[in-house]
Amino acid sequence: MKRPNLTLWLTASLVYTFLYIPLVIVVVYSFNDSRLNAEWVGFTLDWYYKLFRNEEMLLAARNSLIIAVSASLLATILGTMAGLAIHRFRLRFLPVLAFTPVAMPEILLGVSLLLFFLQVLNLTLGMISIIIAHTTFCIGFVAIIVRARLQGMDESIFEAARDLGATPWQTFRLITLPLIMPAVVAGALMSFTLSIDDFVITFFTKGVGEPILPIQIYTMIKIAVTPEVNAISTLFMLLTLVLIIIANRLDSGMLQGEKKS
Amino acid sequence: MALLELRDVTRRFGDFTAVDAVTLSIEAGEFFTLLGPSGCGKTTLLRMIAGFDVPDSGQILLDGQDIAGTPPEKRPIHTVFQSYALFPHMTVADNIAFPLKMSGKMPDEIKESVKKALEEVQLSRFSQRFPHELSGGQKQRVAFARGLINRPRLLLMDEPLGALDAKLREDMQRELIHLQKEVGITFIFVTHSQDEALALSQRIAVMNQGQIEQIGDPSVIYGSPANRFIADFIGKINLMEAHVTQISGQNMTLEIDKLGTTTLPFKPGIKTGDQGVVAIRPEQVGVHALASQAELTHAYTGKVLDFLYVGDVTTYIVELDCGIRMEALLANSSPGRARFFEVNDPVVVSWLPEAAHFLMD
Repeated sequence: MKRPNLTLWLTASLVYTFLYIPLVIVVVYSFNDSRLNAEWVGFTLDWYYKLFRNEEMLLAARNSLIIAVSASLLATILGTMAGLAIHRFRLRFLPVLAFTPVAMPEILLGVSLLLFFLQVLNLTLGMISIIIAHTTFCIGFVAIIVRARLQGMDESIFEAARDLGATPWQTFRLITLPLIMPAVVAGALMSFTLSIDDFVITFFTKGVGEPILPIQIYTMIKIAVTPEVNAISTLFMLLTLVLIIIANRLDSGMLQGEKKS
Repeated sequence: MALLELRDVTRRFGDFTAVDAVTLSIEAGEFFTLLGPSGCGKTTLLRMIAGFDVPDSGQILLDGQDIAGTPPEKRPIHTVFQSYALFPHMTVADNIAFPLKMSGKMPDEIKESVKKALEEVQLSRFSQRFPHELSGGQKQRVAFARGLINRPRLLLMDEPLGALDAKLREDMQRELIHLQKEVGITFIFVTHSQDEALALSQRIAVMNQGQIEQIGDPSVIYGSPANRFIADFIGKINLMEAHVTQISGQNMTLEIDKLGTTTLPFKPGIKTGDQGVVAIRPEQVGVHALASQAELTHAYTGKVLDFLYVGDVTTYIVELDCGIRMEALLANSSPGRARFFEVNDPVVVSWLPEAAHFLMD
C-alpha cells in the first residue's frame, strides 16, 4: 500500500470536514435540551418523542415513504428495461426520451407535469400524480447506471447462454439480471433517495391535502428551525446511511463474485 | 450424408458482403478449420452456423434439415468463444453444469456428469472457484468442458487459443486433438493462424473476402496452394512473376521474369500466355557452395545477402545474379554446425522441378 501524501490527505480532510460538519451539528442539536440551536444545554430524547406524536409529521413521512418506494420500484423496472434496450439495439429516440428528464431543470419538469396532469389527463393531484412524476425523472438515472454496467461487459456471455441452451427469458433471469443486479440495486437506491427528498417537482404535483415530508419540513422551517426538524433530519440520515451500507455490501459482493461457501 | 452442409450461404452488411455464396460440407467426426485473415468472413460464417446471425440467402443444413429458423438454444451446436465467455457470477462447477440444467437433467445426474467432466480437464480442485480466479489456460479448459458436456453434434471454436501464450498454446493444441479424437464430436475451428490450422485440422477451408478459396487437408493446402493468395497467406513462400510460353504433353514451359525459362509439370486449366507466379517454399530451396553447380538442375548463382539464425533453422536471403531475391530455409541438423554460409558468400541456389508451382493470378 502506498502512503497518501500529506497535502492530499489534508485537502481531503478539509473537504470532508466542510461536508460533514453541518450534518454533525444537526445530529447533535437533535439531542439538545433547548428550543434554540445556539448552545448545548443537555441531552434529551424529547424532540424524537415529540416527533413521534406529531400526527401531521408521521403522515407526511408515511406518504413520502409510499411515494419513494413506489416510484423507485417503477423507475427501477422501467429504467432497467430502457437501459437494456438502449444497450442492445441501436435506438435513436429512446436514449433521448429516457435521459432528457435527468438533465432537464426540475422546475420545468414540475410545471410541465402539472399542466399534463391537469389539462391532458384531468387527474386530481395527489399521491398518484406525485408517484408518476417521481418515476418520470428517476427512470433516466436507472437507465444510465444499468447501461453503463452493460457497456463494460463481454457481449459473448449472453450469446454463450443462448448457445448452451437457455431461452431468451432464461438468459435474462440467470445471466443478465444477476450480472446487472449491482446496477439495478444502485439505481433503485438512487431513485429512492432522489424521490424521498425531492421538493420542486413534488411541490408542483402534490395538489392540496396530503402532507409530503420535504414540504412539511419546509413549512416548519418557515416558522422556526426547531429541534424537531433536526430530529427528523437525523432519522433521515440514519435511513440513508443504512441504505448506502446495504448497497455497498451488495455491490462489492456481487462484483467480486464472492465464494458461496 | 454430411453432418453440416452450407449451400450458397450469403450474408451482407449494407454494401459489404461478409460471406459470399459459401458452399461446403462437413462430415461427422471431422476436425475442420476455417482459416483466413481478419475480416474474411470466417467469424460471420461461424455465427450463422451457431444461430447468432441469419444468412440473407442460402441454406444451412444439419443432418439434412434446414436450421436457418432454429434459435441458437435449439441447435445441438455449441460454441467456445474467443473470450471464453464464462459466466463470471458462477463457479467453475456451475458454469459446466449450465447446459445440463438448461436441458432439464436431474440434479444427481448433473452432479455426476460435472464431476466427471472436471476430472477429464484436470480441474477437480477448482470446481468452487470463480472464473476470475483462474488462469487463461484453466478458463480455456472450463470453456471446452462446458461446450462438450452435453455432447453437441458440433462444437464451434472462435479463435479459442488466441489469448494464450505460445508455449501454452502448443500444449492446448495437442490437448484439443486428443480431446476431439476421444469424444468423437465434430469440431469447426476458426483461426487466422496458419500454424494452428495446419497443426490441428483434418481439413482446412481457406477464406478470403467472404469466399472459400480452397478446401483440402493441411498438406494439400500447404504443398499445393490453389492460388497466389493462399500461397502467400500460408507459410513463407518465394513468388516469382512468370507467364506460360509453351505447353507440350506432360510439361509446360514458363518464362520467369528476369530469371529465364523453366519447365514444370502441366496442370489442367492452364494455357499458353497465362500470367501468374512461380511459387517455391523456402525449405524446398537448396543453397550450395559454388563448386557443386554441375550436378544440379534449376540452379542459379547468386550471393548471400543476409541470414537469420533461429537455432533449429537458418533462413538465408540470397540475391541471384539476375536480381531476384530468394529465401531458403536450411535445417541446422548436423551437430556442431550452426551456420553454412556467411554474408556475401557466392552460392548456388537450386530446387527440384516438383517443388515449384505455377499459380495463376
